[in-house]
Amino acid sequence: MINVTKAQEWLKIFAQKIDENADKLSQLDEPIGDADHGNNMNRGMQAVVESFDKENDPDLSTVFRDTAMALISKVGGASGPLYGTAFLEMSKKAKETSDLGELLQTALEGIEKRGNSKPGQKTLIDVWDPVVKAVKNNSLDEKTIDAAVESTKSMLATIGRASYLGDRSIGHIDPGAASSGVLFKSMIEAGIK
Amino acid sequence: MKKIINNPHDVVPEMIDGMVRSYPQIVNLINNTYAVVRSDQESMKGKVGVISGGGSGHEPTHAGFVGKGMLSAAVAGQVFTSPTPDQIYEAIKAVDQGNGVFMIVKNYSGDVMNFDMAKDLADADGIKVKSIVVDDDIAVENSLYTQGRRGVAGTLFMHKCIGAAADQGASLDELESLAKEILPHINTIAVALSAATVPEVGKPGFTLAEDEIEFGVGIHSEPGYKKEKMMSSKELVSELIGKLDNSLHLESNKQYAMLVNGMGATPLMEQFIFTKDTLDKLGEKNITPAFMKVGNLMTSIDMAGISLTLFELADKKWLDYLNYPVKTIAWS
Repeated sequence: MINVTKAQEWLKIFAQKIDENADKLSQLDEPIGDADHGNNMNRGMQAVVESFDKENDPDLSTVFRDTAMALISKVGGASGPLYGTAFLEMSKKAKETSDLGELLQTALEGIEKRGNSKPGQKTLIDVWDPVVKAVKNNSLDEKTIDAAVESTKSMLATIGRASYLGDRSIGHIDPGAASSGVLFKSMIEAGIK
Repeated sequence: MKKIINNPHDVVPEMIDGMVRSYPQIVNLINNTYAVVRSDQESMKGKVGVISGGGSGHEPTHAGFVGKGMLSAAVAGQVFTSPTPDQIYEAIKAVDQGNGVFMIVKNYSGDVMNFDMAKDLADADGIKVKSIVVDDDIAVENSLYTQGRRGVAGTLFMHKCIGAAADQGASLDELESLAKEILPHINTIAVALSAATVPEVGKPGFTLAEDEIEFGVGIHSEPGYKKEKMMSSKELVSELIGKLDNSLHLESNKQYAMLVNGMGATPLMEQFIFTKDTLDKLGEKNITPAFMKVGNLMTSIDMAGISLTLFELADKKWLDYLNYPVKTIAWS
């Protein structure tokens, strides 16, 4: 289960970790993208945290909506709409339920639809998919997350800008998968399961 | 990196500011955005709005093609990064006259997703929006591992035809059918002599040896299909026309429009030599293009190189659209 306080704590921890890891994430992006994933995510998450200060007594749906809008308007590229869609879908779903598994499931479906993508294509979905399954089985831990991030290294990118590299995309961790790994580790740290 | 800029973070807003202040009779800034809209809003009355946009660094694309007869508005993202949906949505609102808005999007995943989200926002507010995703770059068409062809310089022919049809009063549905009909007939292929330097990165996106070139690059210095030793203009033309012939099946009884596009650092002198060689090569097949354009139109900052677009004019009306008068900064 998730509530407003825990959700905000989760996203604040995520923002902090993204700030610390921005250079590392951008470096991951260098061989297969255009070396700006860390900076883009950092700009977005700083805006997310600022948005929390502007709301008085928000509900869970509002927290997720503000998160989505900040990410959509600040991140750009492909990551902005993908993360933005995830939180927008959670915002809609949060009006009916606060069950974490259901919220994340609807977010994952939104990402798949927005990106016209599925697991195995070397994207953030390769982290979201196993994490959502683990949350539903009550078995999410850091090891599951690390393994999911690592699994993208040997994959061939078949979608997004990395796909233009063909075989040359193999051997690099997907930057979106890496930032999603940070997102879910922050969730565990905030005590959300 | 040597560039005439101030802070690398400020290049996009400062560029747009300079542009709208240079040509206030043609474009205005949409408040709180990096988007520009036609100054002559009266003549848009009752017509479908046409918008386009994408990352910055491709100047004069896209703002240079905003004006009567072409785009109604254009949205600029950060350098080589798609604009965000809120900015695109502001442009949609600025040009909607109640008859809907048509978006021309280049096939890059970030662009496609951000324009899609903007469409969702507009749908929620009752504004009808339709779009075409342009994928004219034939360099990557045979790869198993891509999400299709990229959208590059041939997009300008789409801007021109759709803009002309919209100005003549075509409906949103008519523009959509026209765009779908035109799309497969526009093909582009490029060659790079050197890569672009993104101001915030500070170094070139890739390195080619002094005597090396890369065929089939995209407009952000993405890899192409092969590296070769530098060759003469005639040999470059042979390679590029060969690729276009494979894809479009060039025939003397068909009509074509041709676009020779400089990538930013290739002088017009070289572009005209390349154009002469292209016309000679097409002449061998008894083809004389019915419409021609040469210049730096879809650039890649300071990349040296050239792209060649051929557009098979399968319908006579398309040539009329290309010749339709416009008032923009960069298309005349």
